Amino acid sequence: MSVSTQSGVRPSSGRTPDPVLSLRGVHKSFGAVHVLQGVDFDVYPGQVTALVGDNGAGKSTLIKGVAGIYPFDDGDFFFEGQKVHISDPKHANALGIEVVYQDLALCDNLDVVANMFLGREEKKGPGLDEAAMERKASETLAGLSVRTLSSVRRTVASLSGGQRQTVAIARAVLWNSKLVILDEPTAALGVAQTEQVLSLVERLAQNGLGVVLISHNINDVMRVADHIACLYLGRMAAQVPASEVTNSQVVELITTGRTGDIGLPAQVANHADAIDPTTGA
Amino acid sequence: MSSTLTSDAAASEASASPGLGESVRNYWDRVRGGELGSLPAVAGLVALIIVFTVLEGDTFLSAFNFANLINQSAMIIVLAMGLIFVLLLGEIDLSAGYAAGTCAAILGVTLTQRGWPLWMALGATLLTGVIIGLLIGLLVAKLGIPSFVVTLAAFLALQGVILLIIGEGGTIGIDDPTILKIMNANMSPLAGWILFGIVVGGWALLSLLKMRGRRAAGLPVENMSVFLAKLIALAVILGAVVYILNQERSRNPAITSIMGVPYVVPLILILVVGLTYVLGRTGFGRHVYAVGGNAEASRRAGINVSRIRIACFIACSTLAAVAGILFASRDNSISPSTGGSTTLLYAVGAAVIGGTSLFGGRGRIIDAVIGGLVVGVIANGLPLVTQESGIAFIVTGLVLLVAASVDALSRRRAMATGRA
Repeated sequence: MSVSTQSGVRPSSGRTPDPVLSLRGVHKSFGAVHVLQGVDFDVYPGQVTALVGDNGAGKSTLIKGVAGIYPFDDGDFFFEGQKVHISDPKHANALGIEVVYQDLALCDNLDVVANMFLGREEKKGPGLDEAAMERKASETLAGLSVRTLSSVRRTVASLSGGQRQTVAIARAVLWNSKLVILDEPTAALGVAQTEQVLSLVERLAQNGLGVVLISHNINDVMRVADHIACLYLGRMAAQVPASEVTNSQVVELITTGRTGDIGLPAQVANHADAIDPTTGA
Repeated sequence: MSSTLTSDAAASEASASPGLGESVRNYWDRVRGGELGSLPAVAGLVALIIVFTVLEGDTFLSAFNFANLINQSAMIIVLAMGLIFVLLLGEIDLSAGYAAGTCAAILGVTLTQRGWPLWMALGATLLTGVIIGLLIGLLVAKLGIPSFVVTLAAFLALQGVILLIIGEGGTIGIDDPTILKIMNANMSPLAGWILFGIVVGGWALLSLLKMRGRRAAGLPVENMSVFLAKLIALAVILGAVVYILNQERSRNPAITSIMGVPYVVPLILILVVGLTYVLGRTGFGRHVYAVGGNAEASRRAGINVSRIRIACFIACSTLAAVAGILFASRDNSISPSTGGSTTLLYAVGAAVIGGTSLFGGRGRIIDAVIGGLVVGVIANGLPLVTQESGIAFIVTGLVLLVAASVDALSRRRAMATGRA
């Protein structure tokens, strides 16, 4: 346990457990574009942390850094209190970090079981252990109280959008994962299916996982999030308990980086229009 | 949409393991939903057999012709098996026909001209197939050249390689008795029935073991009546095939007796069982389907997509080498046109007619057998009806077109019903 993990944590409700993921002052540039400028970010086990921000604020870059796709240039990365350096996606998976991308990355021609175990199939001798995989898949879905799938042997092609999202999320939690990052899981869904997925997100947290929810939908965020982290032009404007802010304050944080006494220092926020996003100066 | 899904869910919860009647209804629902599988090919095969029986029953239905049909289809079937690996990825191999010819030429050179022992010559033949597939696979997977272009280049180049090996207008004879036996000799009638017993008994045993494993794991198990219906269907069809092939089919039985299952049949059976296992029950096979279905998803899941691509092109060319050995056996010789003309197109046609999709991600090894038999029946039956070979080409072309339209239409249907 490194002491420094605690030093930068913003004061919040006293019973908050140690964060599963803790980023301190991370930077990331693509050539001249300074996308992340000293971002702090915490995710707590058993809680949903919403990551919000306008397009181009750096949300995707932040999660890709956590997932090991584009490793951070600078800053400290603590996972379960240990300082780690994640250099590739396999390393992130091995630690227990799973990302469910917006385009889900499912194979339509394969069934639910095959998709959940894709690339990590259970073997028995030279062949696949279909029975074991089917049982584990069913157990995982049952553990998430998923009742919308009639059979785990249906091909993904025959599933609705919400069911596909369910499969993608179930795949992420199959691997003893500790941190699940969901990239806009409700973006393409109808009302009923959005509700299904949101309650699934809540159950993930109830099962003790750290959950990061990226969303543009403030209502979804307020509905499930315990914490809200708002990125503004590559800086973390604020990470606050969801109970301490209102819808309109979150919108203000997203659009101006500041609301009342929460957020970036006034001069940074007020100069939003003057800031050149390519240099951040 | 959601109402059909919930009723769907209710229906399957009500009966965890559907009985025979329900299984048939479920299958029919899938067919109506656009998951046709091999149904059009089997229906086409039955229709063609009825047509030719009506037109030329005496000749077409004779045991002699039936054995002939199997020999004519064998090369197409094996070549189509290889192509299925490549088609599953949504790629194509236009060079497979001449790869078969090139490998056959290597067999002829090593066996006849150099006098190598059989196993070494066979090894060299198969190795040639592996190398051709490796080169094509590297160019497609690593350089990213479309497989259509790479294999078109290989199609032309291999044609030249065969000419250089054999020489213009030349042929290489094959006199090795083992090679010649594959296509020209038959098992004894008793051995044929033993083969029948092994296949039917083996299938029943494997199915029962699988059911026991699933029951032990607490998963839904196939209903016994469905299993028995499948077993009886398999036994009747295979039994009829063995029975017909065991009839005397010599024109003059007093001089030579020709009866029994041709040796090429067990060879094809071994390939069907082995390759079906590889594609359906191993991690490699699962990854082949995954790459064909969604290459980007496979890459993110940690699958080495290039390796899978290369392996499939190697499988295709190596099976083409096996087809080349069959060519050498049937013709007793290898010429520069071995594996040329319509060979490749018939093989691609066989795979597609059998139900393998040209769009990738969908297909099974058995498709090659069913589709190969359809192509074989046309090639075999039409000359009995008309001597015009032009008509044979036109009819085969039309059948391929029908098969490709069925593929495309079933995809559209599947999209509309939310199954694809």
